[in-house]
Amino acid sequence: MASTEVKTGIHTSPEAARRLARRYRQEAFFQFMGLIAIVLALSALAWLMASIFGTGLSAFRQHEVQITASLDPELIDPERTGDPEVMRRGDYRTILQRAIYDRFPEAADDRKLRLQLMEVYSVAGGTGFLRDFVLDNPGRVGDTVTLWIPASDDVDQMLKGKFDLDVPQELRKVTDVQIAWVRELQASGELRASFNKILFLNTDSRDPELAGVAAAVVGSFYALLVTFVLSFPMGVAAAIYLEEFAPKNRFTDFIEVNINNLAAVPSIVFGLLGLAVFLNFFGLPRSAPLVGGMVLALMTLPTIIIATRASLKAVPPSIREGALGVGASKLQSIYHHVLPLAMPGILTGTIIGMAQALGETAPLLMIGMVAFVTQIPESITTPASALPVQVFLWSDSPERAWEERTSAAIIILLGFLTLMNLVAVLLRSRFERRW
Amino acid sequence: MSEQAEGVRMSRPVGRVDERASVKIAARGVNLWYGDKQALFSVDLDIPDNHVTAMIGPSGCGKSTFLRCLNRMNDTIDSARVQGDIRLDGQDIYAKSIDPVQLRARVGMVFQKPNPFPKSIYENVAYGPRIHGIAAGKKALDEIVVTSLKKAGLWDEVKDRLDEPGTGLSGGQQQRLCIARAIAVNPEVILMDEPCSALDPIATDRIEQLILELKENYCIAIVTHSMSQAARVSQRTAFFHLGVLVEMGDTADIFTNPQDPRTQDYITGRFG
Repeated sequence: MASTEVKTGIHTSPEAARRLARRYRQEAFFQFMGLIAIVLALSALAWLMASIFGTGLSAFRQHEVQITASLDPELIDPERTGDPEVMRRGDYRTILQRAIYDRFPEAADDRKLRLQLMEVYSVAGGTGFLRDFVLDNPGRVGDTVTLWIPASDDVDQMLKGKFDLDVPQELRKVTDVQIAWVRELQASGELRASFNKILFLNTDSRDPELAGVAAAVVGSFYALLVTFVLSFPMGVAAAIYLEEFAPKNRFTDFIEVNINNLAAVPSIVFGLLGLAVFLNFFGLPRSAPLVGGMVLALMTLPTIIIATRASLKAVPPSIREGALGVGASKLQSIYHHVLPLAMPGILTGTIIGMAQALGETAPLLMIGMVAFVTQIPESITTPASALPVQVFLWSDSPERAWEERTSAAIIILLGFLTLMNLVAVLLRSRFERRW
Repeated sequence: MSEQAEGVRMSRPVGRVDERASVKIAARGVNLWYGDKQALFSVDLDIPDNHVTAMIGPSGCGKSTFLRCLNRMNDTIDSARVQGDIRLDGQDIYAKSIDPVQLRARVGMVFQKPNPFPKSIYENVAYGPRIHGIAAGKKALDEIVVTSLKKAGLWDEVKDRLDEPGTGLSGGQQQRLCIARAIAVNPEVILMDEPCSALDPIATDRIEQLILELKENYCIAIVTHSMSQAARVSQRTAFFHLGVLVEMGDTADIFTNPQDPRTQDYITGRFG
């Protein structure tokens, strides 16, 4: 609002107004670019999430088929021993086959149709479910029982709309007659979709419908436990020493530079180190979360040290002086005053490091945590898998059903990451609430 | 600056050191280097017991540096190197047998910016006695906290909220809390490094009253930018300039009859 009253001067001339307008234009341009950057970043994230959740959410539901099976004692326990070991070796495959052929007698006589019929059901799953049922209820041998068993992965995928059914049947995984059986089962209520417990409770399997992440989750948990126990105290202690006690000379400068460089070393190099030192030299067990955790700890240490040093530096020197001024020793001033104030930053750095470790695959491949593990690991020395390795393994498998399960495993991994970050936020606010 | 000069003119400083006063701290030939740069040049200064000694001078003259030599606070700066002889009750405080942690319990310090610990008011005062193991039991500790807060003139304001954070107090209250914290370890000397520079005039007045009360029981050395403050609270004044102790004497003499032209110029506000 330039009024004529205003005295013309260097800041009120038309040139000055133009200069001012230019400055505002620059500011508006910068803000616009910033906004664009954020929108781009957010849409990339949204795309990623949409893609993962779009593919993966369907894996949390699995189609099941009902079978009515006669638990023939001749096939399970011919000598009526009642011994679980004998029952475990029973011929459940034949029981399953008979149950399925009884349901569709028209297919039972034709060998080709029989094979196609069996492909509607998860044969390995049905066999396993029958065995588990018998072992849990040994008294029911001889009875006819009704059980829900998983449908085969191809039927499951078809029902989830993953196959194009308009192409000629030679080009698809499910044939016309199989589709007809599935429709019949659906119509009679013998086929349903339910929550996929198997994905959480089972370990890895060659059959997608029977594969789960339990071994990987437990393996990751053990590995992270080892990582935390090793890297948190070591990293914090190293940072305190370097920041507060170490003399400032060339040697400590050299160490500092090297720690910063270590944070940028590709993780597979740490894996090679673990292979050479922990496995080959010290002879620690292969594929074990212990070694995985040790390798991840090496990788996490620089992150924790750098974060801890930064948070120690951020504590105002007046607090240290105040403590020293009343006659606290150096260690007391650090433990009583500096460390509590630095704790939120240290914890954040640690959780970021741990989250990195949770998502790390390459070093685990080198020390053999890529094994096909069908047992939930009992301790940190038994072979185990890890969540990101499980994702890697599944993504490499050919069957269509692995696609959604890979995404589902990623969702579970993201879930754990979110959980860890939530813990970090809670811990932060808890420590910061102490004014 | 002019306000300070006026203040000096308005209240004629009368501070004098009692002749019978013993020397609490005696510094002789104190040199100090930060790396290659020398910050103190052969400073000789006696600090009498039960009096307030003020150190004045323009910024960067070395007065705070000297103060920090007296409780070996400069030890925490890697590049600082001290030479010379500083004696507390005749004992060389830079001797090998002297532990700086123990020394700082005897020579307390109050800093320029109030720096209470981010803990409760009670914990702030109790921290010193606790780490030194002075108090025998919770009751004795409570006692120390109460007495220290009373001595620091803060008790009436905080007695109902000892559990609240010390950082929640006003600036002047925080500084008095820091004084209570220093008193709680029962030191012999209290060093104050520009304790009022971050405070308003009313809070400053309260601290100055407190200093005058405390001098009955403690030896106090105070660094200040304000010449009127030095005139009001101190009995002895030392004028520093460029790392050199230019002049030292009873406050009444320094302010009314300075011997050195540099002191004269500074006190009358011609530089600084």
